[in-house]
Amino acid sequence: MNHVISALVENKPGVLARVSSMFARRGFNIHSLAVGPTVDPNMSLITIVVDGPEMEQIIKQLYKLVNTVKVTELGPEEGVIREIMLVRVNSDPTKRAEMIESASVFSARPVDVGAATITFEISGDPEHLSNFLELMRTYGIIELAQSGRIALPKDRKTKRHTTASTKSARMDPS
Amino acid sequence: MPETLTGASALIRALENEKVEVVFGVPGGAILPAYDPILDSTVRHILARHEQGAGHMASGYAHASGKVGVVMATSGPGATNLITPLQDAMMDSIPIVAITGQVPTTSIGYDAFQEAHTWGISMPVTKHNYLVTEVSDIPNAIKEAFHLASTGRPGPVLVDIPKDVLNQTLDWQSPGKIDLPGYRPSIKGHPKQVRSAVDLILESSRPVLYAGGGVLRSNGSESLVRFAELAALPTVTTLMARGAIPDSHPLALGMPGMHGNYTAITAMQKADLLVAVGARFDDRVTGRPDAFAPEAKIIHIDVDPAEIGKVRKADVPIVGDARTIIDQLTEEAELRIEKGAHWMDRESWLETLHNWKRKHPLSYNQDPEGPIQMQYVIEQIHRLTGGEAIVVAGVGQHQMWASQFWGFERPNTWINSGGLGTMGYAVPAAIGAKVAEPDQLVIAIDGDGCFQMTLQELITASIEGIPIKVAVMNNSSLGMVKQWQRLFYDERYSAIDLTSHTPDYVGLAESMGCIGLRAKSPSEVGPTLEKALAVTDRPVVIEFPCDPDAMVFPMVPAGASNDDVIVSAEDLP
Ligand SMILES: Cc1ncc(C[n+]2csc(CCOP(=O)(O)OP(=O)(O)O)c2C)c(N)n1
Repeated sequence: MNHVISALVENKPGVLARVSSMFARRGFNIHSLAVGPTVDPNMSLITIVVDGPEMEQIIKQLYKLVNTVKVTELGPEEGVIREIMLVRVNSDPTKRAEMIESASVFSARPVDVGAATITFEISGDPEHLSNFLELMRTYGIIELAQSGRIALPKDRKTKRHTTASTKSARMDPS
Repeated sequence: MPETLTGASALIRALENEKVEVVFGVPGGAILPAYDPILDSTVRHILARHEQGAGHMASGYAHASGKVGVVMATSGPGATNLITPLQDAMMDSIPIVAITGQVPTTSIGYDAFQEAHTWGISMPVTKHNYLVTEVSDIPNAIKEAFHLASTGRPGPVLVDIPKDVLNQTLDWQSPGKIDLPGYRPSIKGHPKQVRSAVDLILESSRPVLYAGGGVLRSNGSESLVRFAELAALPTVTTLMARGAIPDSHPLALGMPGMHGNYTAITAMQKADLLVAVGARFDDRVTGRPDAFAPEAKIIHIDVDPAEIGKVRKADVPIVGDARTIIDQLTEEAELRIEKGAHWMDRESWLETLHNWKRKHPLSYNQDPEGPIQMQYVIEQIHRLTGGEAIVVAGVGQHQMWASQFWGFERPNTWINSGGLGTMGYAVPAAIGAKVAEPDQLVIAIDGDGCFQMTLQELITASIEGIPIKVAVMNNSSLGMVKQWQRLFYDERYSAIDLTSHTPDYVGLAESMGCIGLRAKSPSEVGPTLEKALAVTDRPVVIEFPCDPDAMVFPMVPAGASNDDVIVSAEDLP
């Protein structure tokens, strides 16, 4: 099972190396890792997707790093979890309108159009992206680039609110 | 007017502010700027013959004194030579600060002369490390390094400083408050957990107190003994905790684990409760982990939360400083007793343990005409010194026998490389211990193999006037490896022969400015030791040619269950 961990770390040189070195040393598998700034310029947020049963140890070992300030594990229901993907697919000019139309159901938008290809940009949770890929496979995928996952815990104090992209994922594209 | 200092002078000033008495090190290009102001400093510098030696000296110093040991080295090879002592200190939670020179910031990344990526190489072998690129950061980096090394779970911290940064100037300012938002080690245990722990202890009829090195790191021996007595807890002391409770104490069971004694091993196997304090369920203690202490509930007390649940799930985890939590337990237990609570009856358990001790004592046989047995030498040293010494061991058979046969009565009198098992540890660590405790007798009990790894540090000891004693247990082989080849590789001996009397240890010792002695037979052991103990003005090396075929027992073969302990050679299949 994949778990999403969100680690708030001091924004110091080499902090990413410390985290990845610790994972390598302890034999924990990283599925994806993304790092970026936060509202506090002294802090960065690292989102790590890991496999495996050793969640308690992973979180404790992360905490043990001197630069780690806070670690949160986000279950599927507890976080807003997103990835971004760029997919280049074969596109015969006669099919172009149809493709853009069905991509729009996924809130995917064309970002580059060539003589025989279209490149779509899509973001959403992993399931949403994989449903979209399934659709694109029928046209023939040429290239693909995908970001690591990023996440924030859901705000429990306000009303739950589902975004367009997760809603559309429930529609059967085929 | 603020005082203007070079980075190098600020570094030395910062060390003085940390009350550093001594730095062990070896100079070189990148660290040269720091070696100039040290001439005018109150800090004593001891020139080691190898950076590994300097690192282990810092570790021996820290072990014996409880203070932070400091080691200094140059960039590149100086820094890489420190990796073994850093990892050694990491595994045994020893507070040391390593300061390394680095090539100038403008050369970093250009494969400059003596460049090594010290920060990256040392990351996994330190608790934390720094590359200081701004001269004004030096005072804070040093302050943080000492704070990190000595608080929470102690450990090694490295500060790498490029040469140009050492040469730049700053306006000296005392470092400000330490700002480490991600570092807040717990000290007091959670009161609810403390109460739950006392509940379990009250209910237990077969408890064992499992004391690890953390007890000594937190100066917790006295508290431990008081609590063991109050709660009638038989106590095992791991290889890192020998001396935490006097071996002569009626509740002391001695060392558990791979070469522990039958009673300590079996008490844990049969216990219904283990109270682990500053111990980490190391594989050398547990044997096969899923067969370890199968009936025991676990109270696990450790300052490092990551140790709790790492190997064995704890029924009651308590995070915090070992001594503080033991005192909390004592207080809580006293309160309960006042209110009329009773311990479960421990009589039959204590009696069982007593009977095991009687039935399966550690033993050996010294044939007066035969070769010298290491156990005999160890007992003779103990007899002649009254046990009043700090004992430092190498790694191998001699180490296990020293731990088994030396009766430890005080904390911090046993120094060895437990977690990493670093051959060559004894001589430099003994030097560090003697520097920390000049009035105590410091004796290294070393193997011939180990001795040959770092013996050049005896030159350091002679020149610096550090009169340690080194007992070289010369069994002409890498004894522990030989034992494994005998037991597990059909006596096919491979690469273990060190050949008797090569080198001539007596001559070698004399050539390094030490006294060299040799006891050729069992009857010479006592008189030779007496001669050695009479020397106080310089290091002494005493060679004991020992039985090359002796084996250490009891033994739990690697990966086996502790239930399958081989008590003596007669039990071999
Ligand atoms: C640096 C290092 N290299 C190799 C080993 C593996 N090793 C463990 S014990 C041992 C033999 C030690 O021989 P000696 O110092 O003669 O001690 P003895 O076992 O004979 O008492 C060896 C090679 C080690 N622990 N450390």
